[in-house]
Amino acid sequence: MDFPILSVITFLPGVVGLALLAFPEDKKELIRWTSLIAAIVCMVLSIIVYFSYDIELGGYQFEDRFDWIPAVGISYIVAVDGLSLPMVLLTGIVMVTGVLISWGIEDRPREFFALLFFLAMGVWGVFVAQDMFTLFFFYEVAVFPMYLMIAMWGWKKTREYAAMKLTLFLVVGSLFALIGALAMYSASGLGTFDMFIIQEQAEFTREFQITWFPFVFIGFIVLAGMFPFHNWSPVGHVAAPTAVSMFHAGVLMKLGAYAALRVGVVLLPEGAKFWLPYVVVLAFVNVVYGSLIAMTRKDLKYMIGYSSVSHMGLVVLGIATMNEIGLTGAGLQMFSHGAMTALFFSCIGMVYDRAHTRMIPELGGVMKKLPMVGVAFIIGGLVSMGMPLFSGFVAELPIFMGAWRAGVQGPDFIANYYAWIAIISALAIVITAAYIIRAVSAVFFGPIPEKIEHELTPIRWQDRTAIVILLVSLLALGFYPAWMDTVIKTGVDSVMAVLGA
Amino acid sequence: MEFINNNLLMLILFTPLLGMTAVMLAPNNKGTIARIAFAFSLIPLLLTLYLWANYDFVAGGFQFEVNARWYPSVNAGFHLGVDGLSVPMVLLANLLVPLCILASFNVDRIRGFMALFFILQVGTLGVFLSLDLLLFFAFYEVGLVPMYFLINQWGSPKGKRELSRGRIVPAREYASFKFMIYTMAAGLGLLLAIQLIGITQGTFDLPTLYATWPTSNETFLNFASASTVKTVAFWAFFVAFAIKVPLFPFHTWLPDAHTEAPTAGSMILAGVLLKLGAYGFLRLVIPLFPEQSAAAAPIIALLGMLSIILAAYSAYGQTDFKRLVAYSSVNHMGFVVLGLAVVAWAAGNAVDPTTLALAGAGAVIQMFNHGLSAAAMFFLVGVVYERAHTRNLDELGGGIWQYAPIYGGMLIFSSMASLGLPGLNGFVGEFAIVRGSWPIFTFYTALSMIGLFMTGAYVLKGIRKVLHGPINPHWADHNMEMNVREIAVMAPLLVLMLLIGVWPASIANMINYAIVHLFG
Amino acid sequence: MDFTTFEAAHFLAILPEIVLIAVAALVMFMDVVQKGESRRMMGYVTAIGLMAAMFIGIGFSLPMGDPKLLFGGTIRHDMLGFVFRMMFLVAGAITALITMDVKGLGKRGDFYAVLIAAVIGMNFMAIASDLIMLYLAIETTSISAYALTGFLLNSDRSAESGLKYFLFGAVTSTVMLFGFSLLYGFTGHTNLYGIAEALGAGNVPFVTLIGIAVMILVGIGFKISAFPFHFWTPDVYEGAPTPITAFVSTASKTAGFIVLIRVFIIALSTNSGVAGWLPLMMAIAAVTTTIGNLVALAQTNIKRLLAYSSIAHAGYTLMAFVAFESQPEQSVSAATFYLMTYIATNLLAFAIIIVFARAAGSDEIKDYAGMSRRSPYLAHMMLVAFLSLAGIPPLAGFLGKFFIFKVVVDAGLYWLAIVGAINALVALYYYLIVMKVVYVDPAPEGASKISITRPYQIAMVALTISVIVLGTAATPWYNWAIAGASSLF
Repeated sequence: MDFPILSVITFLPGVVGLALLAFPEDKKELIRWTSLIAAIVCMVLSIIVYFSYDIELGGYQFEDRFDWIPAVGISYIVAVDGLSLPMVLLTGIVMVTGVLISWGIEDRPREFFALLFFLAMGVWGVFVAQDMFTLFFFYEVAVFPMYLMIAMWGWKKTREYAAMKLTLFLVVGSLFALIGALAMYSASGLGTFDMFIIQEQAEFTREFQITWFPFVFIGFIVLAGMFPFHNWSPVGHVAAPTAVSMFHAGVLMKLGAYAALRVGVVLLPEGAKFWLPYVVVLAFVNVVYGSLIAMTRKDLKYMIGYSSVSHMGLVVLGIATMNEIGLTGAGLQMFSHGAMTALFFSCIGMVYDRAHTRMIPELGGVMKKLPMVGVAFIIGGLVSMGMPLFSGFVAELPIFMGAWRAGVQGPDFIANYYAWIAIISALAIVITAAYIIRAVSAVFFGPIPEKIEHELTPIRWQDRTAIVILLVSLLALGFYPAWMDTVIKTGVDSVMAVLGA
Repeated sequence: MEFINNNLLMLILFTPLLGMTAVMLAPNNKGTIARIAFAFSLIPLLLTLYLWANYDFVAGGFQFEVNARWYPSVNAGFHLGVDGLSVPMVLLANLLVPLCILASFNVDRIRGFMALFFILQVGTLGVFLSLDLLLFFAFYEVGLVPMYFLINQWGSPKGKRELSRGRIVPAREYASFKFMIYTMAAGLGLLLAIQLIGITQGTFDLPTLYATWPTSNETFLNFASASTVKTVAFWAFFVAFAIKVPLFPFHTWLPDAHTEAPTAGSMILAGVLLKLGAYGFLRLVIPLFPEQSAAAAPIIALLGMLSIILAAYSAYGQTDFKRLVAYSSVNHMGFVVLGLAVVAWAAGNAVDPTTLALAGAGAVIQMFNHGLSAAAMFFLVGVVYERAHTRNLDELGGGIWQYAPIYGGMLIFSSMASLGLPGLNGFVGEFAIVRGSWPIFTFYTALSMIGLFMTGAYVLKGIRKVLHGPINPHWADHNMEMNVREIAVMAPLLVLMLLIGVWPASIANMINYAIVHLFG
Repeated sequence: MDFTTFEAAHFLAILPEIVLIAVAALVMFMDVVQKGESRRMMGYVTAIGLMAAMFIGIGFSLPMGDPKLLFGGTIRHDMLGFVFRMMFLVAGAITALITMDVKGLGKRGDFYAVLIAAVIGMNFMAIASDLIMLYLAIETTSISAYALTGFLLNSDRSAESGLKYFLFGAVTSTVMLFGFSLLYGFTGHTNLYGIAEALGAGNVPFVTLIGIAVMILVGIGFKISAFPFHFWTPDVYEGAPTPITAFVSTASKTAGFIVLIRVFIIALSTNSGVAGWLPLMMAIAAVTTTIGNLVALAQTNIKRLLAYSSIAHAGYTLMAFVAFESQPEQSVSAATFYLMTYIATNLLAFAIIIVFARAAGSDEIKDYAGMSRRSPYLAHMMLVAFLSLAGIPPLAGFLGKFFIFKVVVDAGLYWLAIVGAINALVALYYYLIVMKVVYVDPAPEGASKISITRPYQIAMVALTISVIVLGTAATPWYNWAIAGASSLF
């Protein structure tokens, strides 16, 4: 048997989390270093998985399984395909940077890092799970550390409210998705939660698919910040401590989109074909409305929070196009947006830790004191506004092209509005450019307000390392997308085989 | 040598990044950084001269092609190549960058400035070198970013601008924001049209698209016929590049941007970035949309004519020296557009080949020439501003020649070149354009002559206000004369102006072949 | 099914209960001879005795082959009963451990003896297959439980809750007994299988049958604190000594469910009967869950909160139960497994409450503020318990709920699944509120570390591990539940 690399990636964080709890509380440096090393190990493993995936072969690889609760057909199955692979990598990146960024946490760091690792375990688990039960299991594992981390280390003013709101939204979504998944299990008559088998053998009737697709899809897509279920997300971002915001926007929101695609679209393709043209409208609202709200925000975190909503709308739009190119774009956007928001939130965190304010009008001239943060934020902004040669463009282009293709080749009633949606959604890019430019010039340039002038102490080496890691991943994708889009395409191919288009 | 030959375009495109890295790593000393930047900026220039020497213009077509894997899932490649159109543009860009750097030895925060300049150079070169539609667009847009920061951060600090609701913002912020949003918004339509082309043709490769796109007649969208879609796409392209040129009535960002930009920024903006728009017409719009271009040619000519006349009048009305020069750019680019209109017309109508060649080549030569003279003019404005701290023509008051004879000489020389004095470069291009467009757009061309007349008027007004007239004693205790470095910036420009003026064939041959090859 | 005649070997089947009687005797003897601090030892003896009974049970009383009716058909020696007996024994042992340092209880031998008596009663509830036997077992359990609840005679609240428990219990038990008698009257049988046979002949009018079902349901509903017989629960839970609250809310409730399963599924599930009472039961399941969760939202006392949450959990178990018509084995196994997870989780929660109350002297939720700083590990264990109650993986409660949702959806009761889902959300809310107080709110000035004595450490660590094991390596336990369920049919 091969080295079970995916299982190791998944469970190592869990083991580390438990081990951390056994450390003495006051050995803070030891706890931090242990976390960092463990996170680096996980990241290296995920990089290894990413680059040893055989693109020629495609499909699901590194499979690893055992019968978990055979009496009801529950198995533990992990494997990666082209769609989950970038997400596994992204989680590794965000994990390491998250640990680095959280170096300065002085209040109960042991618990903080342990929870961060539990969260990572859940996230990785969802991305590699190929059994519906396993997927749900990890999905919910990922939820509760979020609650505690936001409530314990978050922004004092809103953390309790935000943490609760976030948790309830996510759990209600996942419960509905769970009911949908159980309905699939029961209707398939196969007595298994193995998604491979269900995908191949289940013969769901069209009516069944149309009835249950919304449960599964919407249940998951809540986590992706889909309008009108989005408003937990910016609130959660604002309240969360930096590393959690990074995880939340960077990875967790992708979890929703990924699971909606993997369970919803792939297992219920007829349902997807029926509903997704309506979902497009919601995605479209997401994109435009998110960016409009972002433009009005004065709090940097709110601004990025709403911009996340807008960008995740593009992911959903990409999925909803149901064609190869749009789905590829959705996959790329998940990675790009993940690294980008992680970068944004880490920058904002660094500024906030020093200036103790995130309000755009109260900041200024940060560039002079923290040049690296400024450059990183600007590059993040360029990614965000879809500037070509940055990853945002690489990701958004295929999404729009996918919408066009749906408009060009889709059935009549779809074609008539997909093209318009592509055209109008594109406006969001200009809006995004406007608010990003405004924020950059207000926060990083101009005079430094006296109040914060002496607060802006230099950033630590940990912060710098984190920024560099995120920048490298963003720029690499932007300049040379071929290293990722070919991988994603193999995953998309299998989705397209199911959708039969 | 083998290596250089095989990767020449890659080297030209990416060596500026070498310069950027060097600048970032350089010791923290203003003079050192500036010198390092200058030295590194010469590398692309030398490579370009090598390219110029080795490009076989008689054979024509795309040479030195590079086609690497870039973005396979949308079928966009890293496809570079040059032809007779792009070689002069690459040369222009790589010539102006060292001069701009030389002109900017005194800026503050020089490290960032130089780094941005190199990025800007990559962006511009990328546009001229790309043979892939998506890559073209990528470089086209990415050039905005450094330019935005150059204006926003290194622009003139004094200006104020009142917005609605009485909010006062620094003018450079206003100008840079306007520049960015204008161009991005224009890019948006372009992007959507590019996406449409890519999705229907399945590739972004330009040589392939030249062959397939103009003739493809399938129904793209259910609610619109192919010709409607193409027309809309054409106008999206048109507006994007018209803003960049800038063509009346899309030109309003330009005077703002120029006024606020730092000297080197203005030089590169007028000298190279505006050419991106005209280059876009020649490289993309007309070859990809021949029918639509031909149909729109009269409108293009009309707008070109309006640009010429109105910008000339506007220039005459300015009191700010830099704004005057900025409007003169619009005016000169108007001639380029007039030439382009003929090429566009020829795409769908039978045109005498000489006429086409004259107009087309004239337009390209005019682009090159304007690059030289606009850069020179903006630099000279910068020189006087640096000393007098004002650009107001009335405040300058005149008589500066008295104090600065070299400066005065150079200003007059460049002004004359810009005015189109026979024997200097400006004349060559404008004459060819006018000659070429006369048989086709006789009326517009005739009207443009009025503009030419006004051009003389505003140039002379500028010279009179700055150099001649009653001596302004205020400047007596200022050292108004140029220093050696500044003379070194001007010298190559002046030489080239004269060279092209007296020996147009030095550049015109190559362009002629290219125009005939592309559109003939 | 034949009614085997009496054989001495049949005593093997009830060997654990016989052992328990000996343990009770031992404890009472110790009560007389032990003095001072060493009286605490009686708790260990009880716990070890109960565990010993369990192992003896596994060694000698494991039902092999087909289920058998023993002792003249009064008990049914099957896997289902066996699994429940093991659950009671564990619950009893844990209860003994977490009683040891409770003031006024920990050193009293009679308390432990009554506790053992209650366990014996429950064990017989689990295996009784005859109305007489069943009623005797129920009363053995109930009377012990009344006594335990009111054990702290010098505490008004304990005495009051004991009395309340007794009064409610007596009334509902009488109604149930009346139902039993009618059943006997109409069918002429006291044995459940005999009754089923007689009812199957269709001689009993539909309305009468429903009436009987409702009467029996009153008694069982009281035991499992299902709506509308749940009113006693919060008061009794709050007033009773906390170990007894733990015991009553877990073991006693579970015992109610095994009776429910036996009486309703075996005796009353003729076609016409099911059509009558099953919709009623579905409604009760939905309403019980909802009421429990909604009222729990408003609680400020942790024991009352857990009381209402236990009502909600009863509702969940009922949800599994009501799916039995189309999914008989899945339904019973899901309910059984849910009860396993519930016992482990709830005992853990109550153990923590006892420990905390010893240190802080309060059961108010607001006094839990800053507990994670006073004792991180206690807080972590509380997190495990509460998240398990809320049904979050990788803890036991998640799997429990998962199986319930699964069987409910399999049975096509989508509306019930959605009710369950919404309830899970509400429940999560109030559990998280408590966890917020524990983790986020600052500790009061001068709050000291919380010390945890040895028996509590043993109990809580064992429970924490079992909550995690039940939530992850669930296969053997779930297989037990399935084996039990299939032995019923």
